Amino acid sequence: MRLVVAAVCAGLVGLWPVSALAHAMEAPPGAAAADEDAGLDELMRLLAERKHGHVAFTETHRLGLLQRPLHSSGELLYDAPDRLEKRTLKPEVEDLVLSGNLLTIHRRGHTHILDLARYPGIADWIESIRATLAGDRASLERNFQVSYSGEPAHWKLVLVPRNADQDASIAEVRIEGSGAALHRLEIRQGDGDSSVMTIGPELPP
Amino acid sequence: MMRQGPSGTLLWALLAIGAAAVAARAHYTTDMSAFLPRSPSPAQRLLVEQLRDGPAARLVMVAISGGSPQARAQVSAQLAKSLRADPAFAAVANGDPAGFDRDRELLFRDRYLLSATVTPERFTVHGLRAAISDSIDGLASPEGLLLKPLFAQDPTGEMLGIVDGLAEERAPRTRDGVWVSPDGQRALLVVQTRAPGSDTDAQEQACDLIRSSFDTALAAGGSAAHGVVMRISGPPVLAVASRDAIRREVVRLSSLGAGLVALLLLIAYRSPAAVILGFLPVASGALAGVAAVALGYGVVHAITLGFGVTLIGEAVDYSIYLFVQRTVLWQLSVWPTIRLGVLTSICGFAALLPSSFPGLAQLGLYSIAGLEAAALVTRFVLPAWLPPGLAIGNLAPLGAGVERLIAKLTSVRLYILLLPALAAVYLYGHRDSLWSRELAALSPISTADQRFDAQLRADTGAPDPGYLVTVAGADREAVLEVSEQASASLARLVAAGVIGGFDAPTRYLPSLALQRERQQSLPPPEELRTRLTAALAGLPLRTERLRPFLHDVEAARAMAPLTPEGLAGTSLETPVESLLMKGSRGWVALLPLRAADGDDVSDATAGRVRAALPEDGEVHVALVDLRGETNRLYSGYLRQAGNLALVGFAAIVLLLLIALRSLERVARIVAPLALAVITVAALLVARGERLTILHVVGMLLIVAVGSNYALFLDHNRARPTRKSVHLTLASLVIANLATVTAFGVLATSRVPVLADLGSTVAPGALLALLFSALIIPAQRAQPAVATAPAPGEAS
Repeated sequence: MRLVVAAVCAGLVGLWPVSALAHAMEAPPGAAAADEDAGLDELMRLLAERKHGHVAFTETHRLGLLQRPLHSSGELLYDAPDRLEKRTLKPEVEDLVLSGNLLTIHRRGHTHILDLARYPGIADWIESIRATLAGDRASLERNFQVSYSGEPAHWKLVLVPRNADQDASIAEVRIEGSGAALHRLEIRQGDGDSSVMTIGPELPP
Repeated sequence: MMRQGPSGTLLWALLAIGAAAVAARAHYTTDMSAFLPRSPSPAQRLLVEQLRDGPAARLVMVAISGGSPQARAQVSAQLAKSLRADPAFAAVANGDPAGFDRDRELLFRDRYLLSATVTPERFTVHGLRAAISDSIDGLASPEGLLLKPLFAQDPTGEMLGIVDGLAEERAPRTRDGVWVSPDGQRALLVVQTRAPGSDTDAQEQACDLIRSSFDTALAAGGSAAHGVVMRISGPPVLAVASRDAIRREVVRLSSLGAGLVALLLLIAYRSPAAVILGFLPVASGALAGVAAVALGYGVVHAITLGFGVTLIGEAVDYSIYLFVQRTVLWQLSVWPTIRLGVLTSICGFAALLPSSFPGLAQLGLYSIAGLEAAALVTRFVLPAWLPPGLAIGNLAPLGAGVERLIAKLTSVRLYILLLPALAAVYLYGHRDSLWSRELAALSPISTADQRFDAQLRADTGAPDPGYLVTVAGADREAVLEVSEQASASLARLVAAGVIGGFDAPTRYLPSLALQRERQQSLPPPEELRTRLTAALAGLPLRTERLRPFLHDVEAARAMAPLTPEGLAGTSLETPVESLLMKGSRGWVALLPLRAADGDDVSDATAGRVRAALPEDGEVHVALVDLRGETNRLYSGYLRQAGNLALVGFAAIVLLLLIALRSLERVARIVAPLALAVITVAALLVARGERLTILHVVGMLLIVAVGSNYALFLDHNRARPTRKSVHLTLASLVIANLATVTAFGVLATSRVPVLADLGSTVAPGALLALLFSALIIPAQRAQPAVATAPAPGEAS
């Protein structure tokens, strides 16, 4: 289930179009911590300004079970504040819609609706992703240890779940981007499996 | 002056004591289903019993609204927790994952018995390769990610297939971890009580327990829970509510009716003693009626007691005739007319006795016994009790006034008699929409509450079966096996879009035969290993990785089959309990259907479903339109009641012909009654009502009560003396006012059964007297007319 959320998260973050690259502000000189703090604030502000997105993605899963990695690709769509759709087109068509707290999965003619609140911990996690998109830093930090590095033109976020009770599935989430656009999202799981999503430029409407 | 007194009183006292003893020991019920018709066919009766006492009848639906969504979720969780700890409740569901682990464990352990995809083909090299390739493809998707922890044990994805199959398509959505209505404004719980649905006392306790637990949960929620409120519905709640409504109404209407009639009599008689004595026949009649029903039917419905009010309306008339028309020759001059009136009433009510509608038959017996007793008490007991000096107000002036009024009205009677003619035309114009064909029209539950119940039912996905496929047989396994055949047919209809979906007990509990068949589809260990290795060639997966799969399949081959007992404590228990039931004649499986477009299942669709159902010599398979069946049944009773009422009417005419030996007189007596019935029916329809079975009974009552008026007027006409005419008219007016008052009170009832009766008889009795007075003119008022006046002769 964690992984579902990871995928959702990947989709969510992947919505930031490159074209929306913000005008990076020069960080004022000061202590490193203060830099990081101000940089994170600025990133949150940039992210919060985005209302819509439509991008292509490719994803690679590496699973201990399998001898070869799995590749998939498709599109991501986002509408503020809490609707996200991940359309996987290859190798198999699948549609994943997150709306509010409900995750709807259409796959092979079946529809599953999952209430994320039924999976304790995951709900917090998802809320945090939403908080990222909404630029709600306080909510994000409630659930993760957040480290910010780099500069607005090329930044990197590392999120480590705070709640030790959580299922060990997700060990770490790394997000890289420039301005309000995300380029890469990597999810590492406790069992060594991982997935990397590479996010392309904004697609024409 | 009347010598039957002492012996009559003694007999009366003995009978009254006996009747009181019977009434005291009688079994009383407020269960509407005891009053309403039972299904005639044994199979249907079984079904109705099962639905009445089965799990569906024990479902309480709880809606929590107000406050914030989080507060509602918290109160819902708290309420569910405390109800789960209470032995009064068999199951409490609010969408939280409590008990979910147990389900998952069971489903996973028994996946090779439960999964519909377990067939010999699935476990060939080709079948394994296809299934495992699918699962690998899916690993990159969220659905596959769910599968990952299970992959090594279940690479063919049986678990996911089972979960798909079980997915309750109509289950409520959840928010904040608990079930909510589609608009998110209400948190929902579904609670199943342990006591049977027919035990209204236990259901009342359960409802109270839910309410007090809610209050506790609310208090525990503190200020955050401020503004959160709860409303409950479902069969137990409605049963308790209708019982309360009937109880309240019976007490309220009886006391109000009796009080108003007493007041009326006090004004007329100006003698409290006469008023009290006047109620003696009424009380005796009520007692006799209850005792007769208790002896005849074993159980007395509270609504039948409500009909006691109708007895006040009619039986009090007898004492009015006695007091007001008291003469030396009362037994000779007045009593024969009363006797004929009582006999006509009995004729009318006797027609109800053969009704298969239990409520009508009870009403018939109650009225016959009650009127008979009231009349006999009036004749043989009451006269002896009258104090010699009993003086009542002089009513002759009232009679004289009434005579003048009639004379005035007679001069315009053509116009007045135009009323029933118009009514007949009106009724003819509305002949297609006269009758209410729905049993729900008789429910004492308000339409607002019925709507709320339907809303909650839709929100919670609680079963509200319109169309059901029933599979009935002596043996559980045979029933399950035929249900599986029926499911296969229905699945094809779902695929073809004929129906939207269906549920079946075999979805949760396959027949032993099918479970065994699935076990036999699983290859032996060495064979499976060989096939698996061949199947994995070219896939990014080694056989060694799937050792847990080989182990589980081997275990499944020897596994004991799943039984209803094995489902105990899981969330599969409730659906199996509600869809597979043991009755007195064997087992019944229910397969509720859902229409394709969310509307009702059409007749054409029903025909296609019927044609698709399997046939089996031992096991009976049928498609039942439950709501339609009930309403059709009710239509049948309505038709029957109409026919019986006509038979009763014919019997009254015959009786009058025998008693009066004059076609002309009988025609004059019957005509005003028929006109009153037609006019009242038109009034009711014009008021926007649809006529129910109780309206029909009410019309019969109009004839029964009105015949007394007509008989007295006819009697007067035959032997007029000025004084007797005035006193007769006065007594008729007072008796009529008493009847209109008693039934008018009944018309205010919130219990439709009583209100229908009241709103028919109150205006009907008034019109019966009016039309009788116009059609049967007193001799003195019409000196020029020797016999039946043609309408045109009215001056």
